[in-house]
Amino acid sequence: MPAINPSSVPPSVAGVDRNLDMSAHAAAIEARGLDFYYGDHQVLFDVSLTVPERSVTALIGPSGCGKSTFLRTLNRMNDLIEGSVCRGEILVEGQNIMDPAVDVVLLRKHVGMVFQKSTPFPKSIFDNVAYGPRVSGERNRSVLADLVESCLKKAALWDEVKDRLTKPAMALSGGQQQRLCIARTLATNPRIILMDEPASALDPASTDRIENLIGELCANYTIVIVTHNMQQASRVSHQTAFFYKGVLVETGPTLKIFTGPSEKRTEDYITGRFG
Amino acid sequence: MPAVKLPKWATQSVSRRHEKLIQAALFLCAALSVLTTAAIILVLLTNAVYAPGAKTAFFERVSLWEFLTGTHWKPVDGESGRFGILPLLCGTIMVAVIASVVSVPAGLGAAIYMSEYAASREREFLKPLLEILAGIPSVVFGFFALKFITPWILKPVLGLFGVNLQIFNTLSAGIVVGIMVTPLIASLSEDVIRSVPRSLREAAYALGSTRFDVSVRIVVPAALSGILAAFLLAFSRAVGETMAVTIAGGQQAIATLNPLQGAQTMTGFMVHASTGDSSADSISRMSIYAVGIALFAITLTINIISGWILRRYREVYQ
Repeated sequence: MPAINPSSVPPSVAGVDRNLDMSAHAAAIEARGLDFYYGDHQVLFDVSLTVPERSVTALIGPSGCGKSTFLRTLNRMNDLIEGSVCRGEILVEGQNIMDPAVDVVLLRKHVGMVFQKSTPFPKSIFDNVAYGPRVSGERNRSVLADLVESCLKKAALWDEVKDRLTKPAMALSGGQQQRLCIARTLATNPRIILMDEPASALDPASTDRIENLIGELCANYTIVIVTHNMQQASRVSHQTAFFYKGVLVETGPTLKIFTGPSEKRTEDYITGRFG
Repeated sequence: MPAVKLPKWATQSVSRRHEKLIQAALFLCAALSVLTTAAIILVLLTNAVYAPGAKTAFFERVSLWEFLTGTHWKPVDGESGRFGILPLLCGTIMVAVIASVVSVPAGLGAAIYMSEYAASREREFLKPLLEILAGIPSVVFGFFALKFITPWILKPVLGLFGVNLQIFNTLSAGIVVGIMVTPLIASLSEDVIRSVPRSLREAAYALGSTRFDVSVRIVVPAALSGILAAFLLAFSRAVGETMAVTIAGGQQAIATLNPLQGAQTMTGFMVHASTGDSSADSISRMSIYAVGIALFAITLTINIISGWILRRYREVYQ
């Protein structure tokens, strides 16, 4: 097997230890034997993955490998797709979220999600961030104002927008919109944040800001991120999971995956031989 | 420079001549509707405002002021004729307002149900059903109001409260027109609601929204301009509706806002008068055209406002 040069792996962002000892962290998410079908078409095969709490797990793999589908099972977003079937177990903090008794509305407040395309609502910046608390029934204006401020600060956007909170969110730049979407997710007070290629539509400077933000957020939140960008996966994550054709090929500490993967297919993918 | 003589194969193709013929035929089709509109306006104007030749137009005999402000409508020839449009306007507006009260919640509710709640199989079943409702002739709706809604629903229900209802009444006419325009609102609103990007809905669901939250807080506001335009178009349809209101609303031109009694509408009068036996250039016959112009002006204004709202307040998504 041709050796990978460890010096070719970029340095990680602040706050991310890529040699993380996963046994020291409690599990935030445990997927066990997950099969997923769109109608008759099976897209996930017996996937089992443990995500330690307060860490970043990157899901990598070529297009169509099932990594986004897997991500979307974690907050049951796939429920919205007619004819999709999911089998297996997903424990979020010990609770099986596949149980029909689980209220998906509450689950999604607990497990937030940020999408590839920034999706600000056609409302003001303030109303975007206050959306989640409002649907949960929060009416108190000063509570909402404090929450909006703290979430925008956590998302490193406060200084740029504090003077124009009532302006339409659509007027922000792409990078700002994406940080707004992160702030909006934080406002529902989640424990886990799922990110589906959050920076793939952004310019390098905005991508950089998002990556640093991930490094800061993982001190308090568990993050699972899908990315096409190998460098990004190696910079921001503690743990990397490689998917190929609906199968979870290999999981391990990010530095190990990028410097000495056990599987040939993993190595071929990260060295750019396919995908 | 001498003109270049092109070879025959490059200039005289059969398909090119065909294409010209087709273009001309299609142009005629498009011109037909424009010409019809122009002809209608011409007919209305030459009878109401200025009549060439021996005839005297309506507004040459009755002043515009009397027409717009008079409170009595008694379209007979001779001294006792009164031509104030207010009673007819009352009837028309009442029917349209009652129709809106019925059709706006029902139509919007149906649109939200079809786009946000119903499974695709359910939607495939519901949409054609609504279109069938839209295809029932309005004369049938008129008799439905007169023979079913009034005696079997409104009379017993209102009777419980000791309210007396006339056989011909604006309430049943308004309700039935509301039922008639509900499919229009549902169908137009559903189209704009479905054009709201899926990504917005997903983002809202991911923040812990119920279906109702997504519908009311995200989808309807994002599609609001189109929904308002649908409401206005339906209102304009209700104003122009004829057969059902003629049958269910009665023929009495009274200036009233009481929906429990009958009231003639503008369209109802036009049907009634055009089947009468007065001579073609009598003032009672000419008044049809004056009412026609007023009706045309109202619906045109509403349609223009609705188009303006649609353009002005449309949210633009990438």
